[in-house]
Formats: sequence, structure tokens, C-alpha cells
Amino acid sequence: MSTKILLQLEGVSKEFPGVKALSGVDLCLRKGEIHALMGENGAGKSTLIKVMTGVYKRDSGVMKLNGKEIQPKSPLEAQQLGISTVYQEVNLCPNLSVAENIFIGRQPRKWGMIDWETMNRRSEELLARLDLYIDVKQQLSMYSVAIQQMVAIARAVDISSGILILDEPTSSLDTNEVKQLFSLMKKLREEGMGILFVTHFLDQVYEVTDRITVLRNGTLVGEYKTEELSRTQLVSHMIGREWNPDELSGEKSNKTASAEQFLRANGLSKKGSINPFDLTIRKGEVLGLAGLLGSGRTEIARLIFGIDKSDSGVLELGEEKIAAMSPQKAIKYGFGFCPEDRKVEGIVGELTIRENIILALQAKNGLFSYIQTKKQKEIAQEYIELLKVKTPGTEQRIDNLSGGNQQKVILARWLATQPRLLILDEPTRGIDVGSKTEIRKLIFNLAASGISILIISAELEELVNCCDRIVVLRDRVQIGEIAGSDMNENRIMQMIAEGAGVYGKSGVIGA
Amino acid sequence: MASLASSVRRVTKYKIVWPLLAMAILYLFNLIVVPGFFKIEVIDGHLYGSLVDVLNRGTPLIIMAIGMALVIALEGIDISVGSVLAIAGSMAIFMLEGHSLWVAILASLVIGLLCGLWNGMLVSILGIQPMVATLILLTVGRGIAQLITNGQILTTTNKGYEFIGKGYFLGLPFAVYIAAAVFIIIYLLKTKTAFGLFLEATGANRKSSEYAGVKPRAIFMSAYAICGLLAATAGIIYSSNLSSADANNAGLWYELDAILAVVIGGTSMRGGRFYLGGTVIGAIFIQSLTTTIYSLGVPPESILLVKAFVVILVCLIQSDAFRQMLTFKRKVTTS
Repeated sequence: MSTKILLQLEGVSKEFPGVKALSGVDLCLRKGEIHALMGENGAGKSTLIKVMTGVYKRDSGVMKLNGKEIQPKSPLEAQQLGISTVYQEVNLCPNLSVAENIFIGRQPRKWGMIDWETMNRRSEELLARLDLYIDVKQQLSMYSVAIQQMVAIARAVDISSGILILDEPTSSLDTNEVKQLFSLMKKLREEGMGILFVTHFLDQVYEVTDRITVLRNGTLVGEYKTEELSRTQLVSHMIGREWNPDELSGEKSNKTASAEQFLRANGLSKKGSINPFDLTIRKGEVLGLAGLLGSGRTEIARLIFGIDKSDSGVLELGEEKIAAMSPQKAIKYGFGFCPEDRKVEGIVGELTIRENIILALQAKNGLFSYIQTKKQKEIAQEYIELLKVKTPGTEQRIDNLSGGNQQKVILARWLATQPRLLILDEPTRGIDVGSKTEIRKLIFNLAASGISILIISAELEELVNCCDRIVVLRDRVQIGEIAGSDMNENRIMQMIAEGAGVYGKSGVIGA
Repeated sequence: MASLASSVRRVTKYKIVWPLLAMAILYLFNLIVVPGFFKIEVIDGHLYGSLVDVLNRGTPLIIMAIGMALVIALEGIDISVGSVLAIAGSMAIFMLEGHSLWVAILASLVIGLLCGLWNGMLVSILGIQPMVATLILLTVGRGIAQLITNGQILTTTNKGYEFIGKGYFLGLPFAVYIAAAVFIIIYLLKTKTAFGLFLEATGANRKSSEYAGVKPRAIFMSAYAICGLLAATAGIIYSSNLSSADANNAGLWYELDAILAVVIGGTSMRGGRFYLGGTVIGAIFIQSLTTTIYSLGVPPESILLVKAFVVILVCLIQSDAFRQMLTFKRKVTTS
């Protein structure tokens, strides 16, 4: 490994009204290394990256590129300096072709016109470097999110002159795609590129990175060589206390689910989305939905909460039979739903934390039984304290919060309605280890207090840890169910792989 | 100095500061350049003068702009309000022939409400883009008004009706009280019911709001319905003031002034937060500007140009990016 330093930050600070987001942070990115930037939500990773890419102006500190001090004022300027970034959410134009996306703003020209031939050819060459062989003339939205992510990376690599920042690029990729991405990253490292890699997955850090910089609460904890830092140490550094992996399993055994049935879905289905399924959720039970992406996990949640309308089947709630569900009805019955895509379906970015928390309760109460502002503030403050949301106050805009804290606010929104059933779709996606533990603990406590919980997660380990029972899905068909000591990751993976015994039977229903 | 700077910063956080500042500058200009602009006379116990004139003539715009603010908060727009004004005015004066005053006013308000519901239905149920959806009524609206008036300019001599737009009550034009009442009702609706929260939430993120139990369709329908109803109210005042209904020219281009008033008031065209007080200030500013230009004796052919120039200035003052550019330059010159 070469020791030439590409990008160096010293004592960088950045303050927002009421929050010190970064104070005196150092970072050193060397030539030919993959450098992990780790920290909990709200540790300052995103802010640091935004300072590096010119989105924010730093308040103080030095940033040197190849020994020369720089002060990028916009992402464009940072790009011109050779710092390019791929963000967690794909930042491309879905309505343009793949090639157009790669060359947007810098299309090759011929006699003043766009040279389509060169553009398409060079796009193909670029993608071939990533082992990606697709039709670059197709509209981007034709491809999966994973491929779109690869296109974004191809574009970034082409623009970059030595520095690439990947901000949680793997959160929407499956295992194979992650592997593909990692081999690409390793290849780029061989070529001498410095890659800054932000992720929440510890395994990925150990698989691919050379060094780790850890942030906590806006300050630098330290820089470590990956091989010299154990996982337990890393997690301790991140959350600032000793981490005990057994902490969770201990609590779980304490609780027992009651036998009282809360909700029953009878043959619920929607064409093209999910085949008929039967579910029973007991009072105070944590029921998990396991399956691969596209297996129908989210679709089940959307049917139960009434966002999508079912073609057949009924929901039974005690004596009541409900054929046509809607979100308003679901809320009246005491359901709450934390959607998978927090930004688009969860938060109302422009409004304050207070308004975001109060929204569902107010909608439940109706237009005219207005909750007075003072009362609203009390409710918001109560849940901010209960869920330990990191914020200076109830009147902050919610989009100023980090992802994990936003998720807590959405949870607070539903808790304020005193729910009887909470549907949590990927409640801990994109959230750091510490908040994850907190949210999982909260799930136990809620279940213990009698709330039923339906949880969807791509992390099997999370389901096994949290759930009393797990329903396994594959290709939009419910293929089986496991509970108790049968629940382990291997068993679930085996079921998904083999389709279990029931698969044939359900297949007939589906056909 | 530092405390002054920080208090300036604190004050400028409120959106209403910028339209107020623009208005202050405009009135300062009038104080210096237009003699007698601030003069208020009492004739027969009624107040007269340019300022009263601004308020009186501005009422249809103020009322219309308040309705427009609700629609813009939903990332929408209603460009049909000028036509609805014409329809409502025509309807009222048409009904005055042979019906009582109250029936005429009620008929006029009902037709405005129907126009609003029509727009709301196109936008929320059929999912047509607001600009296109309300374009339909913008075009066809004046046709409907012509059908009502049978292509003529209708006039009325009903004293009760004329009082609405021309009468005086406790020294002030009666229409000013109507505008104040409209403002207070909508303000109470915003702050004392959950309507404000639902409207802003739906405007900022429709999906999230729907998943939280808000009914976006109902919110859309009510916002457009109120907008139509208020446009009709403006139409009644407008036609009453002229004692006539002109299907072709009544409230022509008013929709644009209404939109401008909302934007000057600090509400973003991208929806979400909306500001009623700012909208009223914006509307009064536009009316003041028009009155100022007339008092200055600007030749008629240049009036629109002058107006455009001032509007550009106001929009620039409001733009954060522009202000940042100014402060940035200042820093460079002092260092």
C-alpha cells in the first residue's frame, strides 16, 4: 500500500443552529486504499461528506487535496477538483437513457451537436469495466435499483480523478450485487484510487476496507487499521460503551406472548402483488415476515394497512370482518405503519418534529378536535425523551435529523396514537448499531405492553432475535412458518432456497 | 454591532419581514414623491384618500389571494379565479332581476363553490395537473359568464347590492370588513382546527400524510372549493362596486395578481408552508403599487413595465440566494 496522501482534513468543524455537527474532525485518505467511515446515526458522517463535496461550507479547519488547500463551494466544484460521490439514494434521472445519465452535463460533441455514437460507445466501455453489460440506450428506469446504483458509480469513477466517496451504496443491493461492487472497489484500489466507504454493515467493512475512521457525536474517535481492530472494539468505539451481543437474547426469553388472537388475515390477496395468504397475529406477539426482496413482504404490510386494496379475502379483527381496508380505517382500528422508504412515505420533511409526531393522532381525532399547540408540544417532548431522539427541541424541522432519529420520530407518531398493532417495514434499515439496539429493545417493550407487532426485515438475524414467530415468503407466496427453537437463520434460508414442502400446494392456489 | 446583526438575523427568519420591507420602501417613496398620498379626508363621516382607496380597491384581490394561498400550499395553482369572479358577478346581477338580494348573493356564492369543486375534482380525483385542470375553467368560464349575461353588460340599481362594494360602514368601506372577516375565518380555520396542519402536511408530502391517516382528496377538494367560494365573494364586491357585470373584462388577469400576492407573501410555489398574513400584505402591496403608478402619472403604455420592474425587485429581495450574494460581496469589499 502506498502512503501518498490524497485528501487530508484537519480540525474540520461545522455548526448548525443549535447543533454542533462536527468539531475538530481529522480524516486522511491515502492513495490506493479503501477507507471506512463509521459512526452511529448523527455521528456526523453525512455532514463530513457534505463538507468534502462542497454541499456545506466548513466553519473552520483545513482541507487539503494533494497538499494544496481547497474550499469547494458546490458539488460541481468538488467534482471538478476530482472528488466524486455516490449517494445512498440514486441521484440520477430515471427518464434519461443510461448513457445520457453517465454523460449528463458533459456530453461529447461533434460540430456542436451531441455525439451519440461516442457517448454510447464510451458508456459501454465504462460499464464493461464494471462487468456490467447492458443496453446503454435504454431508459434508466428500466433497470433495477442495483444496476442504477452501478451506473451512478460508473459515472462517478469516470469523473473522479483519484477520489471516490461511496455513501452507503450497498443498502439497496443484494448479496451478489454487493460482491460485484466489492470486486470493482478492489480493482479501483489497485489502480491507485482512494475510496471513502460509508456503510452500516460491519461484515462489509471487514471484507473490503484497509482503514477505519470512527466518529461519534461529531468528534473523531480515531483512525485504525482494519486488521488491528476487532469487531467488538469497533462497535464499542462507535457507541461509546461496551457492547454485549447477548444483551438482546436475554431479554427476549423474559416475555411470553398471550394466546388471545388480535388479527386474522383470511386468504387476502392482490393480483400481481401477493398470492392469497393467511396470517394470525396474537395480542402482544412479534410476528416476522422473512423473504428476499420482491417476495411479497412489503405487499402484505400494504394490504393489511389498506394502502393497496385486496382482490379477495378478509381481515378479521375480533368479531369484525373487514373486506375493504384503507389507511384511515386501519388507524381507527389501532394500526400503525412505519413504511420502508422513510423519506418518501414516512416523514413530512418541511414540517417540524412536533407536527410530524402529532399528524397521525390528529388525523385519528379528526379535523375539528384540534390538539392545542401546547398539548402538542407536551406530547412531542414526551416521545422525544422516551425514544431518546437527538434534537435541540420539538420545533426543529424533521429533515435536519439523521436517519435513525427520523425513524424514531415516525415510531413516536404511531405510539402517540396508542396503537394495538404496529407494522414495521425495515425499521432499522440504514440505522447504526446503537439505534438498532434501541429500536429492537423498544419492540420488546411494546410487545410486552400488549401491542402486536408485524415486522419485516431483510436482516434474518434481526428477525430471529426479535420475533416470536416468522412467516417465510418466496416469490409472492407464503411458503411456511417457524417458531420457537426452530427459528434460526439457516433454517429460514433453507426454506427460501427449497421453497419448503408447502410451496407446491401454494403454487396451485397461485396458479 | 454584533447584537444588532444577530437581532437582524432573528427578525429576517420570519417570512413576513420581506413583503413588509418592500411595502415600507414603497410608502417611503410615496411620502417623498407623491404629494398628498397619505392625506385622509373626512367627507360626510366617510374616510377618503389614496390609502383608503388602496384598501377599498384591493379587497377583491385580498380575498382572492387568500383562497389562492390554500391552493398553492398544496403545490397547486388555480388560474381560473378571474373567470370565476366574472361568472359570480354576472350570476349575482342576473339574479337581481326578479329575485331578492339574498337569493342573488347565495346563487353567486353557490356557483363559485361549484366551480371550485369542479377544479378540485379534476385535480384530486382525476389527477390532472392543476395548471391544466384550472385552465379549462379559465377558458370556458368567460363563456359561461357570457351565457348568463346573454352577451350583454348587465347593470343593476339595487341599492342593497351596491352597498357591498360602494357603501361605507363606521367610516370605512364596507368591503374592507368583508375582507377582514374572510381573513379571520380562514386564519381560525388554519390555527384553531387541524386544517392548517393537514393542508401543509399534504402539500409537503402527500404520500406520508396519506399513510398517517390524512385524506388528501378531501383536503384538495376543500382547498379548491374555498378558493372558488372566495373568488365568487371577490366577484360580488367587484361587480357591486361597478354596479355592472362585464363577462369579458371583469377580473381580467386577476388570477396572476393573486398568485403574485401569495408568492410575495412568502409562500413557496412548491407547496407546504403557507402564510396568510404575508398573502394579505402581498395583495395590499400590489394594489398600492398600482395606485402609486397611477398617482405618479406614468403613461398608460409604460404601467405594466414599471410594475414588472418593481415585482422583479421584490422577488429578488425575497430570494435567499440573492441576499447571500449581496452579503458575500460586502464581505469581499470590507476584507
